[in-house]
Amino acid sequence: MATQSLRHRPAELWIKGAQAGLLAVAVCFSLGATDAGSRFNDLGHRLMCTCSCAQMLGECNHVGCPESGRERIELSSAIAAGQTDQQILSMFAAKYGATVLAAPTTHGFDLVAWIAPFAVFAAALLGTILLARSWSGISGVRAQAAAAETPTTDPAELERRERIRRETGADGGF
Amino acid sequence: MAAFGSFALLIALALAAYNLLAGALALRLIATGQPAAVSPERLADTARRAGIAGFVAVTGAAFALLWSVFTNDFSLTYILEHSNRALPLPYKFAALWSGQEGSLLLWAWLLGAYGFVLRLRHKTDVKLYAYAGTIMAGIQVFFLLLLCFPASPFALMRGAIPDDGNGLNPLLQYPEMVIHPPMLYLGYVGFSVPFAFALGALIMRYPGEKWIKITRVWTLVTWLFLTGGIFLGMHWAYAVLGWGGYWGWDPVENASFMPWLTGTAFLHSVMMQERKGMMKSWNVWLIFSTFLLTLLGTLLTRAGLVSSVHAFAQSSIGTWFVVFMGIVLAVCIFAYVLNSAHLKTEHHLESLVSRESSFLFNNLVLLTACFVILWGTLFPILSEYVVGNKVTVGAPWYNRVAVPIGLFLLFLTGVGPLLPWRATSFKNIRRNFILPVIALWATVIVCFAVGVNPWAGGQFSSGNFFALVAFALSVSVLTAILSEFIRGGQVISRQTGRNLFAATWLLTRRNTRRYGGYIVHIGVVIIVIGLAGAAFNKNIESELGLHDKMAIGPYTLVCTGFTQDSNDNYDSEYAMLDVYKGGQKQFQMTPEKRVYHASQQPQTMVAIHSVPEWDLYVVYEGSNPDTGQPIIKAFLNPLVGWIWSGLVVLVFGTLLALVPSLTPATASLRVPAARPITPEAALKGGH
Repeated sequence: MATQSLRHRPAELWIKGAQAGLLAVAVCFSLGATDAGSRFNDLGHRLMCTCSCAQMLGECNHVGCPESGRERIELSSAIAAGQTDQQILSMFAAKYGATVLAAPTTHGFDLVAWIAPFAVFAAALLGTILLARSWSGISGVRAQAAAAETPTTDPAELERRERIRRETGADGGF
Repeated sequence: MAAFGSFALLIALALAAYNLLAGALALRLIATGQPAAVSPERLADTARRAGIAGFVAVTGAAFALLWSVFTNDFSLTYILEHSNRALPLPYKFAALWSGQEGSLLLWAWLLGAYGFVLRLRHKTDVKLYAYAGTIMAGIQVFFLLLLCFPASPFALMRGAIPDDGNGLNPLLQYPEMVIHPPMLYLGYVGFSVPFAFALGALIMRYPGEKWIKITRVWTLVTWLFLTGGIFLGMHWAYAVLGWGGYWGWDPVENASFMPWLTGTAFLHSVMMQERKGMMKSWNVWLIFSTFLLTLLGTLLTRAGLVSSVHAFAQSSIGTWFVVFMGIVLAVCIFAYVLNSAHLKTEHHLESLVSRESSFLFNNLVLLTACFVILWGTLFPILSEYVVGNKVTVGAPWYNRVAVPIGLFLLFLTGVGPLLPWRATSFKNIRRNFILPVIALWATVIVCFAVGVNPWAGGQFSSGNFFALVAFALSVSVLTAILSEFIRGGQVISRQTGRNLFAATWLLTRRNTRRYGGYIVHIGVVIIVIGLAGAAFNKNIESELGLHDKMAIGPYTLVCTGFTQDSNDNYDSEYAMLDVYKGGQKQFQMTPEKRVYHASQQPQTMVAIHSVPEWDLYVVYEGSNPDTGQPIIKAFLNPLVGWIWSGLVVLVFGTLLALVPSLTPATASLRVPAARPITPEAALKGGH
């Protein structure tokens, strides 16, 4: 039993490590500012100015903007009224439309905006690893065959040659 | 002059069309060996000469437009809408690219200029250059069609001619606007050269990798222009838009960044083809994609598909671009399907941990970053199409999705150069990585000690976390690269007896490609450090009466006056602020707000004081209508200067990589001179 638990320990450690990592990532993306000033700043950068200037509410600074002043007052009032971030964002979206939110939500089709980049990255990473493994597999067979024919595939010799080539600058670049 | 310009454009179109048709026919006749009434070689040469003459004609058209700007010829609609009499001279030049028609003319002129140089250098490889020249003529036909029909810069005003023009957009009246667009266009247009060579080499089934060596300089110079253009645009946004930042993930900014990413991927993966003959198809498609992305960027700017702060030149020519992109894509697919057997290679890696595999992962990350940006840029259109609901994809989305990918790329920037080609051993890895890993953890400890802490203030800050990772990785990568220089320098020093500095310089000159590339990586690291500083930006806004104060960071700003001024071009309001640090007056800043007479549009002129630690960035927001006192917004933006310094290092590294390496002295052997090869003979005999 003791041997078995020892054998399982690395796997458990990996799982716990992964859980801790996921928790850290979740914390990264879920925690936000809490005091009124920083909440205003934070929410001001999650909302857009609706005057078509394509700037975030917290950054819209053009003279005579007909919208940003009113939106800022609404935001301050909502924070003062004790609404949560989600309630404030929903209120703005209901009033001005979904384009007032500076990023897609995590519901419905908007979720695709968040998932697709990571899905593509994961798929491309997997594809690259498989490709590299298959390429190295082919050459591994060749390398073994070559090793039987010539002593120059000795790892120490190869490393020595590689070091000479690297240190004397006979290597590639841009 | 309008008639001269229009006529010059028509002649240029006719010459480009002849270049395309005659060039294509000649190359077809040469490829099939069919008998023809005219010698195909002579036909190809006339096509080449038509290309050269076409450049002269487009230059004539560009000259005509500039002449009209400088002589205030408001009978031309374009001049009326983009210039006025009081416009300062340098900005009269900028009028050439401030509107759609002018910027398309600039594109055509630059394409003609690149083509001119290419056609003059045709003896390098007559047949390949003939293919490339014909393909470039095809691209030129498209732009000249636009200029001659839907977007003529020489269209005349109807009715009475006004005495003065509407003036240049105030946002464009800034020194960098005289340089940034041409630089960006040099980058955009320049990618048509490697594209033309890649497509030409594919169609003619060019053997070997020589075409890559021929286009290397073109690609690197183009990449340098695009990089410079992007950074000048960032600096312009920082200094003019007045929101305290330099990159807003605006669709048009993204449009310039995407070809940069694929172009960077190409510059790396092409080394795999040069050294090991691998990734031939991949490289061809990378350069095809880069060219298509430059067209997409122009489409996004022109067609108004997505909302952008760069809406200077929107119109209805988007359909033309969509059709042209469709044709280009179809030609690329057709050529690839027909000739893909020519690109078949034996891919083999001797180890998963090697320089080769690091290039694979580098390409993976660069291409994923490109996809992410394309996805974010086009998602609003996709969402509207699928669920009928347009959404905004702004900075918060990019910061969460693109920043982690960027940090992974930074990690690879450090790891890649430490891995040798072919294979490595555990001992080698341990030797190369021990210092960078120590540097990484030392930086983490130092960052925590100086307060760069994701949990500072009792709550987690993702911005601080990403900044911490960026600083630690940056120092680690710098250590890795510098240790490569020092190790190599020590070897040369032992061999030659020079001191370490001189030996390292000699090492760099002996392999400028490799060490120039490392210097580019150092530049990128310095830029990343500057970008990471944004996590610690501070700002404060206040109305300031005479002698009122506001404090930000170590500075105290004291208002010593506010006044108004006027000249022929604009009225301005500005505040005079004395800046104190530690109780001592340091300097004065004068943030300004202008209202241009011709356009009646306002413009911010930000006051910036830059030191290595931070920028003090002060904006005159306007005046309170009740009190008449100025409203000032001050930002303290850490490490921004590092971004521009990093660019200088990056440019130096790229220029160094372009310089041929020193070669060891060798004895020369005199041999009888070979008979010169005529272009006709070269065309017949292949490359």
